[in-house]
Amino acid sequence: MDLDFDVVDLGPADNPSEGAKALDFQRPLVTNEYWEDRSLDAVVTESDGPTVLLFHPMAGSFPATYLWQEVTEREWASDATVVAVSIATPYAHKELIDHHDLRNDYRLFSDPGNGVAERYGIVHDLDGMAGVSEPRPAAFVLDEDREIEFAWVAQQWPEFPPYDEIEATFR
Amino acid sequence: MSEPAITLYRLQACPFCERVVHALHEYDVPYRSRYVEPLHSRRTVVKRLTGKRTVPAIVDESTGVTMSESGAIVDYLAATYGGKTSDEAAEEGGA
Repeated sequence: MDLDFDVVDLGPADNPSEGAKALDFQRPLVTNEYWEDRSLDAVVTESDGPTVLLFHPMAGSFPATYLWQEVTEREWASDATVVAVSIATPYAHKELIDHHDLRNDYRLFSDPGNGVAERYGIVHDLDGMAGVSEPRPAAFVLDEDREIEFAWVAQQWPEFPPYDEIEATFR
Repeated sequence: MSEPAITLYRLQACPFCERVVHALHEYDVPYRSRYVEPLHSRRTVVKRLTGKRTVPAIVDESTGVTMSESGAIVDYLAATYGGKTSDEAAEEGGA
């Protein structure tokens, strides 16, 4: 963005880097029909292809809306398994899935406690929302062994994922 | 990690669903939970499986049984995993 003031700098993150194995976790995974506890590993091993793991602000925020518009327009699901994590409840995720017509192609982990972001070193405490923290916007592309082939974590707030760069890792 | 044979379709805070959970725990039967939405019209997955939109509903892959209605499910669990005949289970549990 080209603004005549400084946007918020989030400082360094402590995320796992490229070449490392993405930490496994289990959370309710929301589809267009139901949600059930599911591990990242189970998702990654569903296919031999790459997995795109996205972290985004909670459902209802404009960055979440923009992200899903972009990802669905680019039809990432046709070349990769795509899942996302946010602090939204399963009910809110379900609304988002319906709104963007994600069907069963894009699934969302619900993590209201933000524990996954803590483990990934990308916690973002929201100013002016006491007691609420969520993940920084982040994107990881994983191979079939959960090894991180590409990692991006927002350094500013707001900041949007480098869609072209992410896409280039699996297209 | 193998998936449990029994899948329970449930609704958060639904007492009939909790009744089934209680029975699953009592007989120590592994299961996985799939939560659906309160709105009947959105329970497509349940309708597809059982022909009805009511929860609880279970799918037991080890026996090939798919059923709904908590009383019937509890009797089935007692007879299948509780070492009881279905008549005994019905007497105890009340269908």
